[in-house]
Amino acid sequence: MTEGKKALLVMGCPEVPVQTSMVIYLAHKLDKAGYDVTVAGTDAAVKLVKTADPENHYIKKTADVDQLIGEIVEQKIDFDISFAFMHSDAGMTYGATFSAISKARPYAIVFGKNAEALAASIDYPAEKIVAKATHNPNPLKNKIDKVVL
Amino acid sequence: MSCVEQMKYKLYLERTSFKDAREYIEKNSEEVYYVDPGYKIFKDYYIIGVPPVAMGVRGKEMLFTYVKPCHGTFVMGIDSEEEIARLRENEGEKIKKSLKKGGPKEKAEATPASFGDMWKK
Repeated sequence: MTEGKKALLVMGCPEVPVQTSMVIYLAHKLDKAGYDVTVAGTDAAVKLVKTADPENHYIKKTADVDQLIGEIVEQKIDFDISFAFMHSDAGMTYGATFSAISKARPYAIVFGKNAEALAASIDYPAEKIVAKATHNPNPLKNKIDKVVL
Repeated sequence: MSCVEQMKYKLYLERTSFKDAREYIEKNSEEVYYVDPGYKIFKDYYIIGVPPVAMGVRGKEMLFTYVKPCHGTFVMGIDSEEEIARLRENEGEKIKKSLKKGGPKEKAEATPASFGDMWKK
């Protein structure tokens, strides 16, 4: 039962095209599974998903990623499951931070041309979903579809 | 924008990896303290990092990592005797807690020789 459970999607830098597409896809999938979904990111990353979904069919709640870290640390909010999207060391560092401060079950969604090397550098507790995807979202989508929600 | 960016700061490393930034702090500080991600400094900056996160003290300056999603990790230095005092106090609290739990053995575990040793546990 996932009714009433909260899911967090943490976006990294939006420079790799598959991220925005997969965030909208996963937000929809989690929503259908009964999760209350929040999507967090930089101002630019949030604008990209909100512009692609003008009537909020898929992205219902958004947050500034740095403000959200403060709210979790101050115990104003927390989640049951979290997915951190990453294609760079900075994205991995944000993923590690959420894994440390939140009680949510953490997933690391690793993509981009250096996906395998980046995934190998993850040494914090998280289930890794790894695909060398930059423009074509299907390799990542196929891996995400295997996650049991 | 965090308050940190509006303060008078020095940048010692720019757009690097978190690991390299941590090593810089460890090698270039007179005192090194390890905090958890989310440790709050100044008015509203919560430290982002792979635990344990190194914070350094060099004279009156505090060295710390600052991460931006699209720009990587920076090592920043800001003069703040207040924040340095908090770091030292925080370390003292950690030692007190470990002594209460299990005595000197746990105290030794609270200060591992290297980051690698700490994370393996």
